[in-house]
Amino acid sequence: MYSAIVFLPLLGFLIAGLGGKKLGDRPAEIITTALLFVSCALSWITFVDVGLHDGHFSAPVLANWMTSGELKVDWALRVDTLTSVMLIVVTTVSALVHLYSIGYMHEDPSRPRFFAYLSLFTFAMLMLVTADNLAQMFFGWEGVGLASYLLIGFWYEKPSANAAAIKAFVVNRVGDFGFSLGIFLVFMLTGSIAFDTIFAAAPGLANKSVHAFGLDWNAMTLTCLLLFMGAMGKSAQFLLHTWLPDAMEGPTPVSALIHAATMVTAGVFMVARLSPLFEQSATALTVVTLVGGITAFFAATVGLVQNDIKRVIAYSTCSQLGYMFVGLGCGGYALGIFHLFTHAFFKALLFLGAGSVIHALHHEQDMRRMGGLWSKIPVTFACMTIGTLALTGFPMTAGYFSKDAIIEGAFAAGGHSSAAMLAFVLLVLAAGMTSFYSWRLVFMTFFGERRWSEQYRLLHGHHDDHGHDDHHHHVGEPHESPLTMMVPLFVLSIGALAAGYVFKGEFIGHAAGEFWRSSLFAGEHNHILHDIHEVPEWVGMAPFAMMVGGFGVALFMYVIAPKVPASLAGRFPKLYQFLLNKWYFDELYDKIFVKPAFWLGRLFWKGGDGAIIDRFGPDGVAARVIDGAGFASRLQTGFIYNYAFAMLLGLAALITYGMFSLGGGQ
Amino acid sequence: MFGFGILSGLTFLPLVGAGLIALVKEDNDGGKNTIRWIALWTTLVTLALSFYAWSQFVPGVADFQFVEEKSWFGSGLSYKMGVDGISFPFVVLTAFLMPFCIAASWQSIDVRVKQYFIAFLVLETLMIGVFCALDLVLFYLFFEGGLIPMFIIIGVWGGKRRIYASFKFFLYTLAGSLLMLVAIMAMYAQTHSTDIVGLLTTKFDPDLQKWLWLAFFASFAVKMPMWPVHTWLPDAHVEAPTAGSVILAGILLKMGGYGFIRFSLPMFPDASHYFAPLVFALSVIAIVYTSLVALVQEDIKKLIAYSSVAHMGFVTMGLFAMNQQAVEGAVFQMVSHGIVSGALFLCVGVVYDRMHTREIAAYGGIVAKMPVYAAIFMVFTMANVGLPGTSGFVGEFLTLIGAFKANTWVALFATTGVILSAAYALYLYWRVVFGKLEKPSLQGLADLSAREFAILAPLVLLTIWYGVQPNQILHACSGAVAQLIKNYNAALAVTRTAALSLY
Repeated sequence: MYSAIVFLPLLGFLIAGLGGKKLGDRPAEIITTALLFVSCALSWITFVDVGLHDGHFSAPVLANWMTSGELKVDWALRVDTLTSVMLIVVTTVSALVHLYSIGYMHEDPSRPRFFAYLSLFTFAMLMLVTADNLAQMFFGWEGVGLASYLLIGFWYEKPSANAAAIKAFVVNRVGDFGFSLGIFLVFMLTGSIAFDTIFAAAPGLANKSVHAFGLDWNAMTLTCLLLFMGAMGKSAQFLLHTWLPDAMEGPTPVSALIHAATMVTAGVFMVARLSPLFEQSATALTVVTLVGGITAFFAATVGLVQNDIKRVIAYSTCSQLGYMFVGLGCGGYALGIFHLFTHAFFKALLFLGAGSVIHALHHEQDMRRMGGLWSKIPVTFACMTIGTLALTGFPMTAGYFSKDAIIEGAFAAGGHSSAAMLAFVLLVLAAGMTSFYSWRLVFMTFFGERRWSEQYRLLHGHHDDHGHDDHHHHVGEPHESPLTMMVPLFVLSIGALAAGYVFKGEFIGHAAGEFWRSSLFAGEHNHILHDIHEVPEWVGMAPFAMMVGGFGVALFMYVIAPKVPASLAGRFPKLYQFLLNKWYFDELYDKIFVKPAFWLGRLFWKGGDGAIIDRFGPDGVAARVIDGAGFASRLQTGFIYNYAFAMLLGLAALITYGMFSLGGGQ
Repeated sequence: MFGFGILSGLTFLPLVGAGLIALVKEDNDGGKNTIRWIALWTTLVTLALSFYAWSQFVPGVADFQFVEEKSWFGSGLSYKMGVDGISFPFVVLTAFLMPFCIAASWQSIDVRVKQYFIAFLVLETLMIGVFCALDLVLFYLFFEGGLIPMFIIIGVWGGKRRIYASFKFFLYTLAGSLLMLVAIMAMYAQTHSTDIVGLLTTKFDPDLQKWLWLAFFASFAVKMPMWPVHTWLPDAHVEAPTAGSVILAGILLKMGGYGFIRFSLPMFPDASHYFAPLVFALSVIAIVYTSLVALVQEDIKKLIAYSSVAHMGFVTMGLFAMNQQAVEGAVFQMVSHGIVSGALFLCVGVVYDRMHTREIAAYGGIVAKMPVYAAIFMVFTMANVGLPGTSGFVGEFLTLIGAFKANTWVALFATTGVILSAAYALYLYWRVVFGKLEKPSLQGLADLSAREFAILAPLVLLTIWYGVQPNQILHACSGAVAQLIKNYNAALAVTRTAALSLY
């Protein structure tokens, strides 16, 4: 059954990808979607069996992947409670997104390709969550990266989509750089990369030191930090977050599936999966907490001022991922996964709802050209409101249970960790901003004056950069989306309302131990799930107060006194620009990474290869034979390259010296 | 077969084909086609024979197999052939790539067809010979002999700057080779033997080792090529015809890596240990430096050529890390790179045949006209990037995981290669395949023909198959690699004991 869950989407990918042209659009859609629904149903059965009943943990080996000396890597499907939770999240959202896409993409000329990519993504994600060793996890990890790259760049004629796709892949690779080194270090320390072996070895390594990169490190700290770098890339945490907003270039269902509900949470899953390692390093957990707290706060500030409806939700995702990491960093692995679980529902709902708005408005994404839509698309409006309530943590909705638990967890851990206390403050502030930008989104989109009517008529004539050219039936008012798009919204709305209440007992409450069993590891001094119930009452009230405050401010600024935002922006232009430009990270990275890389490439090519190596090498030899007299004059004209040459030689000598003297290994 | 074994058959079968071709007149189309078919069948029969040999080959053991020996001129020199788990994969790889090269040259070569295919078949003989030779002189003959047909292929059927490129190629490789010849003579003077099997167990004086090592290094480093003696490769690739590039990247570069693993490491262990930091440094520089250079290339073939240098950096790094994962990874990386880079050059050939330009700027948006091509090119691009699930990943992963054990700094810098390779490969793909199809010259592009599809499809399958199931190659060489490492460590231990006993 596990094989069916994982490989049915692959089958869908192969059918739609290889045979899409012959099959036609509709069959390709139906086959991939149907396979996903089967996979989803099996996942729920697995979840009930493994998670809720007295299910058995198993990790059937499918085949050996590679064997080299003591390194043995298997293809296996490890299914425990943690995996089963991920299985239902991934397959449920994926199945709904497949269904939704039938409606959303119905004008696109290359639908089989789209559905093939969606299924490929799902397969890779399932391989990731069922991995039994770090290499298979990395396989899924990179596989989802590939699918994400393909889907962000789905409309490949747009330069911005291509740039965003490459950016996503390369920035993720920066994270993978750390992930890879982490895997290598694990292998060096334990002689294996299979989970069971390294988990068993972890306690013994808790206070061991390891010599790497010229320094002595705490073995587990370095391991966890390197692995966490991968998580930061995939989950778009602070410093490696820049790709996520740009990823909104992809079609909206993609944003819902990959860049909200599933792929970006892979980092959270990874830390939870490797909880036996992270539990051995308080330092690493502190870093996780800090990075999470900073991301939650930072992304929320940027979300305050964005005007693109999808970008607001993207920054919100980034911010919520930060919450999850704070939960993990406090030792509350269940807290992080619980928020991952509820977040998948309401964030997918918000994205798909936004997609419905965008669909109604002819692919208009700028909220400044929306407004007053609630009466035109009331069902979408209702769904979006539900999603917003859940996101902001309105009592009894999904986010209320999971998000507030993380905030309480941060406070509880704050008793013995100043990092956690700082994270607590940042999270509370972020909760207020979350409420503000979420309601701002609702008000700008659905209330106020109708700023779309003018554009709507204009847009109708010359359309469009999305590869949709078939718009004749759009004449008239914005209208509600077709049923294939609405059904997923309904299902996700139910999840956004009920997922927290229904599952809180199992995930973080009294039944948590029974539920998670050995899939999450907690050290003997880790009582975080107990401690969250011991916090003072005001801690529990703080996020609620912030939520109400954020709502009030948004209501005032965007409904009652709609002139205020502009005048505020006018009064603090620097701050406004700073936030609007996302703290200038893109500009900074362009200056310190992208441009220098190209500059160095050109220097090495023209200078290193051309002016030095070739000149003193083969060309030089030839030239000396032909004419010796030109030598002096050549030397004079090339003094810049002589510098470059000296620099290169020096660099080579230095690195060689480093290799000789520093050595490495243990 | 006439007292010769299967390896001699594999080696000299292509020569028989070349002889047949020499008898055909090429003055009309029929003659040209006859030549092409003879060449194709010759390589296919050779391939079939290599598969047969494979079925007889015992994987995972250290010994040489299919050994055959004949004395030569009664001079003490001998004709000795044999393969072990390290060399045999390259024999099969060579036999495997040749039919693709012949098929890829089917239409694009229309002048001097006869000489062209003869040159290729002679080249195949020499390449297979390199991997089979178990005698130093024989090895040298094959190793250097390969230079000549390649020189001719680039110089005669190459692009505009073919003369420059072929001379550059020749100059570099010859310089290295002469030093190797001197070293071989020195070794003969010491041992009075050129038998490789015997030399593998000979213990050379550590000081002499350093000189011999450097001499061999000069030759192999050029062939790899390692930084800074890599600059012949981009020019040679750019000017070579498609099939020439495939062979160059697929096989000729591997001779350098094979040389290290067959000669430098086992015969000069002390020197290898001594010089390992140098090799690490050059490997790391190669990975970072050439990846950055690849980023700014304007010519598709040059870009892939530079990326080849970077990938070979992983090989040299892995070889000198000298542990099971790293060395097996290096062997695998070479085989994988042979398939992937060969396929990439074939992909470039496909569009070059249509547009007659390799300028990246001349393309853009061709996915609209060539969707199948785009999909296949994507697979190889991802293999080049080292995506798990393609063969490119396994080699990189194993060499890095092994290198990390040997030296964390080396692994750290080398791992930056995974970021850079993603950048240059995807940037290339964007500029060539994605984007809007706006250039009028591209409007008439046709997707892959049946012949082109038949060439590329098996390589796609193989790339993915070896990405998911690489054990066939890993297992084949595991015994020989284990033996290599065992002897290496034993030799180092002996030297250490000797050094200690001096005090």
